[in-house]
Amino acid sequence: METILFYVLAAVTLLSAVCVVFLRRPLHNVLFMILTMIGLATLFILLHAEFLAMVQIIVYAGAVMVLFLFVIMLLNLEEISLPKEPRPLRWGFGVILALALVVVLFPIFSHFTPSVMGKSLPGAVGNVSNIELIGTELFTTYLLPFEVASILLLAAIIGTVIIGRKLKD
Amino acid sequence: MESAFPVLLVLIKTLLVIVAVLTFVAYLTLLERKVLGWIQVRLGPNRVGPWGLLQPLADGAKLLLKEEITVSAANTAVYIIAPLIVVVCALLPFGVIPFAKGLGLENILGPVANKFDLNTGVVADINLGILYIFGISSLGVYGVILGGWASNSKYSLLGSIRAAAQMISYELGLSLSVIGVLMLAGSLSLVNIVEAQDSVWKWFVFRQPLGFILFLIAGSAEIARTPFDLMECENELVAGYQTEYSSMKFGLFYLGEYAHLLFLSSLMTTLFFGGWQGPILPPIVWFLGKTFFFVFVFVWIRGTYPRLRYDRVMQFGWKTLVPVGLLNVMATAFVYTLWLKYVG
Repeated sequence: METILFYVLAAVTLLSAVCVVFLRRPLHNVLFMILTMIGLATLFILLHAEFLAMVQIIVYAGAVMVLFLFVIMLLNLEEISLPKEPRPLRWGFGVILALALVVVLFPIFSHFTPSVMGKSLPGAVGNVSNIELIGTELFTTYLLPFEVASILLLAAIIGTVIIGRKLKD
Repeated sequence: MESAFPVLLVLIKTLLVIVAVLTFVAYLTLLERKVLGWIQVRLGPNRVGPWGLLQPLADGAKLLLKEEITVSAANTAVYIIAPLIVVVCALLPFGVIPFAKGLGLENILGPVANKFDLNTGVVADINLGILYIFGISSLGVYGVILGGWASNSKYSLLGSIRAAAQMISYELGLSLSVIGVLMLAGSLSLVNIVEAQDSVWKWFVFRQPLGFILFLIAGSAEIARTPFDLMECENELVAGYQTEYSSMKFGLFYLGEYAHLLFLSSLMTTLFFGGWQGPILPPIVWFLGKTFFFVFVFVWIRGTYPRLRYDRVMQFGWKTLVPVGLLNVMATAFVYTLWLKYVG
């Protein structure tokens, strides 16, 4: 049952990812990218990473892609304004980058046996819900990286405010 | 075969919830028109059936029979998908709202009743319920944006741009206003949140009054009710993003809007007013009673307040709602920690 579900969802995710690359209208690309994000979220749910799935939907599918859509709508990007295919150089770079990604990911995959379903951890750790576990880990083991990341985000927010502010004449 | 039976029952339960929601939504339109009528000292609909009770049916039939017009300049596929997104995203979150404690099915069905959440008064008790709700509602924005964009008309586009900006801004305020409740309840599951409010003085409206006010404001901006309905502001934008829609596609937008209203009211009941908890009467009656009270409040607000100016709406969202929301989160965390340390 879960295996069938996994293959269906994976197929949808991959197909929409392919559509993102190959379709010609920017708006359709964005729509398929949203579908890819949602597909990824469903795969996370299968792996018992519900929190990650919800964050994936809220942040990527919900917020980031809305901004993409916004820009495309406001600029009214159409097929005409895009450069004509084919571009062998671009394709070449694309293939090289994809291969590089495979090389980078290969050691990771050789360490783990890939599984379709997540396993819940044994004992006390398994009983704690996802979000409690993440919260405790963030504020104990990973406190420093967490704080550094939040300072980075704060800097980014202040930066946007300064750029977006109206200058007094 | 043994596991197929409960699954079927869960499907039937889900279907029942959807049918109930759709019926309530249909009658919400009547309720809104009647209440607005009383507020404005007129009768409201009273021609179709006694007290206009058959009006929703007549409206539905009218919407179905109207001519379907697809704008020739429209992006057809997106134009058709947009209202569907709105409706789906308005119906999905009802799945995690607990409307009763249990359904009492174990007497009828025996042990089967306890499989797959069948006996609980909620379609699915997800332990990240509130995140699920925010996730779905953040997807609902797409229906509005795409509908306005695909219509290829100035009014629609302006309406949908306003909608996008407003919904994203107020989503932040909405999420912040709920965090206080989540901290005190210690759970993201709506079932647990309701169970944490088992007596009236434990209702979160008393423990989180500022959170409730923020939720009310941000919520009515999120579903675009009157003081914040700038995306379909008829004196500037005809009808905003739905200008070019007709027949049942318009009906779907309309349905989505009222389903959102019903959903927000039930969420408010669940988060701040103890959900189905209450004495004597059965839980479902308490739940529906509280929910419809908030529906009434929203209609009341619509009958009372004028629309805000757009720049004021955005300024209020970012410069008032978000800072006050953050302050509320910080104050709640501070007081709650001290409380845990010295009292509880």
